[in-house]
Amino acid sequence: MELSDQIAQYLLSGLSTGAIYALIGIGFAIIYNSTDIINFAQGELVMLGGMFTLFFMEKMKLPLPVSILLAVLATIGCGALFERLTIRPLKSPTPLGLIIITIGGSILIRGIVMLVWDKDTHSLPAFSGSEPILIGSATILPQHLWIFALTAVAIAANKLFFQYTITGKAMRACAVNRRAAGLVGIDVRRMVFFSFAISGGLGSLAGIIVAPLTMTSYDVGVMLGLKGFCAAIIGGLTGGVGTVLGGLLLGILESLGAGLISSGYKDAIAFIILLLILFIRPQGLFGRAQTDRV
Amino acid sequence: MNREIVKYLLLVVVVLFIPLLVHEGYMLNVMVFVGIHAMLALALNLLLGYAGQISLGQAGFFGLGAYVSGILTTSFNLDPWIAMIIAAIFVTLLAFVIGFPILKLKGHYLAMATLGLGIIIYIVFNEAVDHTGGPSGLSGIPNLKIAGIVFDNDLKNYFLIWGFTLVSIGLSLNLVHSRIGRALRSIHDSEVAARVMGVNARILKVQIFALSACISAVAGSLYAHTMTFIAPASFGFNFSVELVTMVIIGGLASIYGSILGAALLTMLPELLRTFQDYDIIVYGLLLIVMTMYMPGGLVNGIPAVFSRLKGKSKREGGGDA
Repeated sequence: MELSDQIAQYLLSGLSTGAIYALIGIGFAIIYNSTDIINFAQGELVMLGGMFTLFFMEKMKLPLPVSILLAVLATIGCGALFERLTIRPLKSPTPLGLIIITIGGSILIRGIVMLVWDKDTHSLPAFSGSEPILIGSATILPQHLWIFALTAVAIAANKLFFQYTITGKAMRACAVNRRAAGLVGIDVRRMVFFSFAISGGLGSLAGIIVAPLTMTSYDVGVMLGLKGFCAAIIGGLTGGVGTVLGGLLLGILESLGAGLISSGYKDAIAFIILLLILFIRPQGLFGRAQTDRV
Repeated sequence: MNREIVKYLLLVVVVLFIPLLVHEGYMLNVMVFVGIHAMLALALNLLLGYAGQISLGQAGFFGLGAYVSGILTTSFNLDPWIAMIIAAIFVTLLAFVIGFPILKLKGHYLAMATLGLGIIIYIVFNEAVDHTGGPSGLSGIPNLKIAGIVFDNDLKNYFLIWGFTLVSIGLSLNLVHSRIGRALRSIHDSEVAARVMGVNARILKVQIFALSACISAVAGSLYAHTMTFIAPASFGFNFSVELVTMVIIGGLASIYGSILGAALLTMLPELLRTFQDYDIIVYGLLLIVMTMYMPGGLVNGIPAVFSRLKGKSKREGGGDA
């Protein structure tokens, strides 16, 4: 293969992993905007999506589409339950306390999945075969197309929800100013609850559509979650286009780096980008600088 | 101040007496680990408990200390003591340089950045196979020796490690009760207020970060030279979280709390052998429950529970009057 063909191939696969990171990143951004919490358990919700689908398919013998739907619903439930049990009862939340609680939650979820499931890696079947499709000189799997399509649908649905529904608007109001939102009669705690549920849904979807390509196990959430966070940071922690672009950019850079430099250091690339962005432009590539309020 | 000295001497006596009670080699080995973990928890507590700056990459500094020591003694045949000093200086400088940009960040951003740093270091341990031996690890690291005494069994290692641990505890106690300690706590409470009062918060945070990394690196070197074998798995993200758990359980901003936390979390898995891998569930639960219901850790929480019980019984007793 010539170099240009290789690069085309890397770009394609980078875009599809980037779409996954974007979905996870939007989950981070939604929770952050309504609560100022970075949910360290976000990656675990992604993992739960894949594992629940597996559970419904193998143990309950349900068809794939039904399993996926149930898995998304189950993960939404888990996200909501997590908020109810750990975030809401907090009397005086401090940033440090919230970091530690969500980290605690993430290793707890990981541990429980390991306990009730196992430590092996599992694969989900591809949604519609695995016959490669030729695009120019690069090939693409049908699963990649599913990833692009479902990510686009999820992001569009998300956008519509926040733009046109009363609940979505209320959540945006919370993101702008929680206190003012409360004063005009918005139930802020309920919006926080919703934000965990929604990002559980987005995360699980990401975990489900990527599972046929990369396999799934109890510990896939850590890396996926961190890279989703990286995408959100590049996008300036906004739930919109910035995070999507951030995810795609990260996916492409990672894929190019792995292909052209070293595959062993693939995961390190994401973190080096993360550190550089945090050091140089903590407001994100597409965000505006903010001043500290005391 | 006198009370502090008495408490410290009491700890020294306890440390000296433990080998008389614990003859069994295995438990003594566990006590060696308690010592190493106590140093690491202490180092993290200086940063997290006193200055209020989280680090989720402490295992990385610990690992760097171990690997620099290991590589210098095996590949370059340096004396273990010299390797240890070089490792400490290297890690301290690294932390100092990286501390400036990283400690500008706050809260979640700082947590994620230190986490990322830790994972990058971990990936390098795994991938730089020529130097580190990759995932299968580095073996044949020599023991430390002083004047003909080679630290090659559990009893000698116990005294070696706890000697270092006690010195670190003494230095830390001194530090937190000094002007610098008060400045650190002022940063914890409000960085802006601290700066207004003339505390150079930026430099101080970086200095405490570097000190914390330095103690962790020394612990890492000691680990490498007592175990004589190191592998990346010991220095991953999970271990960083375990260290945070130790500090939280023992009590933020409590030197003795860190030792208690380290001792509990090191011995707990040994006592609950049946748990095996599932100890992470216990860590997760402990983190959540402690943060929610006992944010001061055991050191502050247990006396508080006692005094509340006392207060309750008094109130109930006086209810009739």
